[in-house]
Amino acid sequence: MIREITFGQYYQTDSALHRLNPRVKLVGTMIYIISLFLFKEAAPFALALVFLAAIIKLSHVPFKYMIRGLKAVIVLLLITAVFNMFLTRGEALVSFWGLTITKEGVIAAVFIALRLIFLIIGSSVMTLTTTPNQLTDGLEKLMGPLKVIKVPIHEISMMMSIALRFIPILLEETDKIMKAQMARGADFDSGNMIKKIKAMVPLLVPLFVSAFRRANDLAMAMEARCYQGGEGRTKMKPLKYGKSDVLAYVVLAVYLAGVIVLGKWL
Amino acid sequence: MNIIDVSKLVFEYIRRDDEGNVEGITTAIDHVDMEIKQGDFVAVLGHNGSGKSTLAKHLNAILYPSEGTVWVDGKDTQEEENLIPIRKSAGMVFQNPDNQIIGQIVEEDVGFGPENLGVETKQIWERVEESLKAVGMYKYRKKSPNRLSGGQKQRVSIAGVLAMHPKCIILDEPTAMLDPSGRKEVIRAVRALNEVEGITVILITHYMEEVIHADKVYVMDKGRVEMQGTPKEIFAQVDKLRSLRLSVPQVTLLAHELKKSGVALPDGILTTQELIEELKKVR
Amino acid sequence: MPIIVDHLNCIYEAGTAMEVVALSDINLVIPDGQFIGLIGHTGSGKSSLIQHLNGLIKASSGTVYFNGEDIYDEDYDLKKLRSKVGLVFQYPEHQLFEVDVFSDVCYGPKNLGLSKKDVELRAYKALKMVGMDDEYFYQSPFDLSGGQKRRVAIAGVLAMEPEVLILDEPTAGLDPKGRDEILGLIKKLQAETGMTIILVSHSMEDVANYVDRIIVMNGGSVMLDGVPKDVFAHYKELEEVGLAAPAVTYIMQQMKEQGFDVGTDATTIAEARDEILRALGR
Repeated sequence: MIREITFGQYYQTDSALHRLNPRVKLVGTMIYIISLFLFKEAAPFALALVFLAAIIKLSHVPFKYMIRGLKAVIVLLLITAVFNMFLTRGEALVSFWGLTITKEGVIAAVFIALRLIFLIIGSSVMTLTTTPNQLTDGLEKLMGPLKVIKVPIHEISMMMSIALRFIPILLEETDKIMKAQMARGADFDSGNMIKKIKAMVPLLVPLFVSAFRRANDLAMAMEARCYQGGEGRTKMKPLKYGKSDVLAYVVLAVYLAGVIVLGKWL
Repeated sequence: MNIIDVSKLVFEYIRRDDEGNVEGITTAIDHVDMEIKQGDFVAVLGHNGSGKSTLAKHLNAILYPSEGTVWVDGKDTQEEENLIPIRKSAGMVFQNPDNQIIGQIVEEDVGFGPENLGVETKQIWERVEESLKAVGMYKYRKKSPNRLSGGQKQRVSIAGVLAMHPKCIILDEPTAMLDPSGRKEVIRAVRALNEVEGITVILITHYMEEVIHADKVYVMDKGRVEMQGTPKEIFAQVDKLRSLRLSVPQVTLLAHELKKSGVALPDGILTTQELIEELKKVR
Repeated sequence: MPIIVDHLNCIYEAGTAMEVVALSDINLVIPDGQFIGLIGHTGSGKSSLIQHLNGLIKASSGTVYFNGEDIYDEDYDLKKLRSKVGLVFQYPEHQLFEVDVFSDVCYGPKNLGLSKKDVELRAYKALKMVGMDDEYFYQSPFDLSGGQKRRVAIAGVLAMEPEVLILDEPTAGLDPKGRDEILGLIKKLQAETGMTIILVSHSMEDVANYVDRIIVMNGGSVMLDGVPKDVFAHYKELEEVGLAAPAVTYIMQQMKEQGFDVGTDATTIAEARDEILRALGR
C-alpha cells in the first residue's frame, strides 16, 4: 500500500527535459508557479495549461504515472476549494443552514483548484525528470551566493539528497514493520483518534530506531569514502549551461511574457 | 612491505548507564597482532560479538586504538594527517547494502569517493567506468540502486571503493544479508579483484565456504586472535571451531564424520575432489 | 487446523505498465503438524505467499481456507486468523519497541483482548519456550545480543499461541552456532507442541536437516513439492532457477561419477556418511 506513493519520485527515461540543466528546471518551476498566481483570468490559465501539456509531453513520463499517488493531494484540494466556495463574498447562488455559496466563491474555488493542480503537476514534472542529486547540485549552485554569509549550502544540499535517497527505503520499512505488528494483532485502522495515535507507537519506535541505525551506518560509510564536506570536492557531473538550456530560458521568458500580456490586455 | 601491520592493539570503550555514570569498561579488542602482505587474500572469522568488526574499523581509521598501533600502508592511523591517505589506500565495504550507497544512480554513487578526493571530472568518469566493469555492473550504471538485488548493490559498493584506487579492500561481512546467489556473485567479484588486480583483500565473515581460497585465516573470539593459519590448518580443527561458535565447510564436516567412524582420512579436507582422492586410497 | 490454498493469484499494480504477477495459480494443502521448508530465490513469490496465509495481503483471485473457512469472507475475523497463523518476519528484532522484554512479548496477547493475567502467563510461557532466562525479562530489548533479540521477537509471536508458525528466514545474519540454536529451537517447538511449521530458508542444508516436506517456488508458481529426497533429486532444475541441492548431494554425485558405488540421494551429512561407509564395506 505504501509503495504506491510514487508522487514526485524520479522517473528514469531519456528526454529533452531530463537532459536539461537542473538550474533551468528549478528556475522554470519557480517562474511557472509565479505565473499561476499573477492573474485570475481564463486566457493566461489556458496558456498555462498548454505550456504544462507541452512540458508533460516533452518529459516522456507517462501521464498515468505522474498523477498516481495524487489522491491525498486531491482531498486537500477539495477542502481548500470548498472553503473558498463558502467564504467568498458576492452574489448569492444557493443558501442553506445559514451558509451561502456565491458566484464569486465558485469562481474562486475553481481557480484555486486549477492553480493547485497545475502547481503540483508542474513541480512534480521537475522532480520526475531530475535526479535528487542533480536537484541538490542545482540548488547548491543557485544558492551559492548565500555562502558568503556563512550559510552551509553544501551541507544543506547533501542532507536533502540523502533524505531523498532514503525515502523509498524507509517507506518500505514502514510497510514491513506495520505488517509485522499486524501479525501480532495490531489494529491501525479502528478506534478513535487517541486510540489510533496510541496504536502508532509500535510502528514509530522501531522506525526511529532503524532510521538512526541507518544514519549511523551511512555516516560511517561516507567517512570511509573520504567525505569531509564540500571543501576540495570535485564534481563528476559539473553543471554547465548548454545550447538547450539557453533555449529553455528563452522559452520560459516568452511564456512569462505571454501570461502577462494575456492577463493585462485580453 | 606489509600493507597492514597491527601491533598489540587494544580497544576499550566505557559503558555508561542512562544517567551517564560509568558502569564498566569493555575490552572489544584484546592485544591483537596482525601482519598482512600486499596482494594477500586474508579472511577473518568469528562469531557475532567476537570483535572482528571492531578490528575492521581500526584498519580504516574509523576507530582508533586505546593501546598499540595500527599501520596501514606504512602510516600510523593515530596521526591526524594520515586519515585521508589511509582511507584512500584501505577502502571499506560494510554489511548492509542499503546503508552505504549514497548516490541515487549507480554511477553517481561510484563517483562519490573520487569526488571527495578532488579527482578531475574526466578522470572520475574513467574511474567509474573501469570500476563498474571490474565488478560486472557497468550495464546497470544508469539504474537506481533501489532497483538492484542485494548482491548487485554490494558489487556497486565494491566499485565505489575501487574507484578510489585502493591498495587494499576491507569487507565487513559483505554477504551476511544476501541470499546464496548474491553471496556467490559478491565473493566471485572479490576473488577476481584479488587475483586479477592484485588488490589485498581482508574478508570478514562467518560463512565458512567463503574462506577456503584465502591465503591466511584469522579466527577471533572475545577480542583475541584465537587461531591463525591456512584454511587447511584452521579447518582441520573442527571441534575447536565449534567451541568458538563457528563451523566448517560441508565437505570438511563430512570428512570429519567419516574419520570419526574409523575411515583413515587426513584433517582439513577442503574440496570434494580432495575427499574423493583420499577415499580412493582407503578403498 | 489445515490450510488450503485454492487457485491463488496475486497481481500488483494490475492493469498498469508496472504490473507484476507475484503469485500465479497456487494450490496447496498444508495439513496439521507438518514441518515444511519453503524455498525459492529472492522475488520468487515466497514472501507474498506467506503473507497471504495470514491475511496480510489480499489475493487478486482465488482463496485461502483456514480450518475449512474462507478467510476472505466478509465476516471472517482476520485478527483471529493472525493469532492462529503466526508470522515471524525476516529480521523480526526490528519490530521490538517496548521498554522491556516482557512488555514487548505481552503486546501480541494484549491485542487479543485477554485478561492481564492471561497475557502475562502467555508471555512468560513464550519466553520460556525460546529459552530466555528470567534475568532478561526487565531489560530493554535493545540491550540484548542479536541472537537474544531474535528469540524475544519469536516469543512475541509465540505468545499469540498460534497453531501454524511461519518463519521467514529466521537465521539470517546469525553466526553458525546462532543458526543451529534457532533451528534447534524451532525443531523442539514443533516436537513439543505439534505446531505446523513453515520455514522459509535459503539454506538447503538447513532445510534438508529439519523438514518433512519442501515447497520450491519460482516465478510466482510452485515448481516442486515433495519430501526432501525427491525435491533434491531435481538438482539440475533447481540450479536453472538459481537454487541448488545441499552440498552433500553434489559430493555423492561426484563420487559416483568417479567410480564409487554410492547412492546419490543423501541430503544430510549423516546420510552421506552412512552411505559412504556402506560403499567402503564398513
